[in-house]
Amino acid sequence: MARVKLPLSAAGRGHDMGGQPGGPVPIDPQGQPVFAQNWQARALAVTVAAGGLGKWTLDESRHARERLPSEDYMAYGYYEKWMAGLATLLVEHGLVTMDELRSGQVAADGAQGVEQDDPVPPTAAQVRAALARGGPSRRPDRTPPRYACGQKVQVLSPDSAARQPGGHTRLPAYAAHQTGVIISHHGSHVLPDSNAHGLGENPEHLYGVCFYANDLWPEQVGSKDEVCLDLWESYLVAVDA
Amino acid sequence: MPHEHHDHPHSLLPPEPELRVKALETILVEKGLVDPEALQLIIDTYQHKIGPQIGARLVARAWADARFKDRLLNDTDTVLAEAELAGRQGEHVVVVENTADTHNLVVCTLCSCYPWPLLGIPPGWYKSDNYRRRAVREPRAVLAEFGLTLPETTRIRVWDSTAEIRYLVLPQCPEQAINLSEDELAQWVTRDSMIGAGLPICPADSTMQKEG
Repeated sequence: MARVKLPLSAAGRGHDMGGQPGGPVPIDPQGQPVFAQNWQARALAVTVAAGGLGKWTLDESRHARERLPSEDYMAYGYYEKWMAGLATLLVEHGLVTMDELRSGQVAADGAQGVEQDDPVPPTAAQVRAALARGGPSRRPDRTPPRYACGQKVQVLSPDSAARQPGGHTRLPAYAAHQTGVIISHHGSHVLPDSNAHGLGENPEHLYGVCFYANDLWPEQVGSKDEVCLDLWESYLVAVDA
Repeated sequence: MPHEHHDHPHSLLPPEPELRVKALETILVEKGLVDPEALQLIIDTYQHKIGPQIGARLVARAWADARFKDRLLNDTDTVLAEAELAGRQGEHVVVVENTADTHNLVVCTLCSCYPWPLLGIPPGWYKSDNYRRRAVREPRAVLAEFGLTLPETTRIRVWDSTAEIRYLVLPQCPEQAINLSEDELAQWVTRDSMIGAGLPICPADSTMQKEG
């Protein structure tokens, strides 16, 4: 099946909610079952197992959830977002058709083994090994780091950081145009803004950047609290001391 | 409802979440894209094997053994690799230490990033919209709602997990627990204390809390 990229028209930044006003946090007592309902466990398993086909990256799957229609993003619970994102990825990668989703029936020619490049699902043993190994995002340095600890930096806006118009980025809006200080260097890591769109890993230096709460939030005047984010080099510009 | 909504694959699935998962699972299994035994392995792993007791052991060991604590803070990925705890969603971990002056709190405002191999699958509220909205902006008020009122002199450092670095909070060891064994110490460490949303609790009190 050919790969079809669904339109980005519904993309918003509704998921980028840090700092927005909100109500009480629905805290649960500890010691509750990991999955409140059985279908949530199955949603996690199906998503992780399908990811094991190696057809998409974690960055692409995050972006699939972020570009759900905003009314769905806001209405859905966590695992409902996962399932909706998975449905998008399955169709975009040509693994499942819209008709199959609609009917719940596999098309007559839809079973595996029809085409030579059909993906092979990982076995339980392979999944066990993959979970234990994880998927590190650190890569060898391609360039020396531009910034050292203590350097003052200003953050770009999400729009100017994202490699694609309306595309994926891990730069939260609340940090845009703010000035902070580099407090750590994590080495070079895969750049989500590029990797989520199939444009390559383009690893960049990743830094811990610390901001004063009273710079970020007008009502926090006099606070000595801090907010720390991990930001890629291309999200930042140097501020001269 | 706008027309484009119908063009989204997920809108073709049944409305009830349970049936939606069932439909996806059935199609994927029938197409040979997912191995049912792999599904069971994933569920078993996160339902029964990986959970906050793993992170609690690390914290207890750090409390009991100053040299281990130093390594855990400064050479985290090596320590976790040696303990075979560097799996999915814990590939790159930073441990931040609560002190008399500083309290650390972890959130992921963009989605849901926490160190799975140390905490297990995070509960729904860590990933809730209101926690994501408020933790970076009014951590003091949020913590107070959780029953943790910090003195004004304590600096709060909020860690927003925007990349693949996962944060674990090393809470302060409660004074009453200082001379206990590692096994006993681990009983004081709660899941929420390892993201800074609470403090370690005396096991007798936490039993009462659960029953109450």
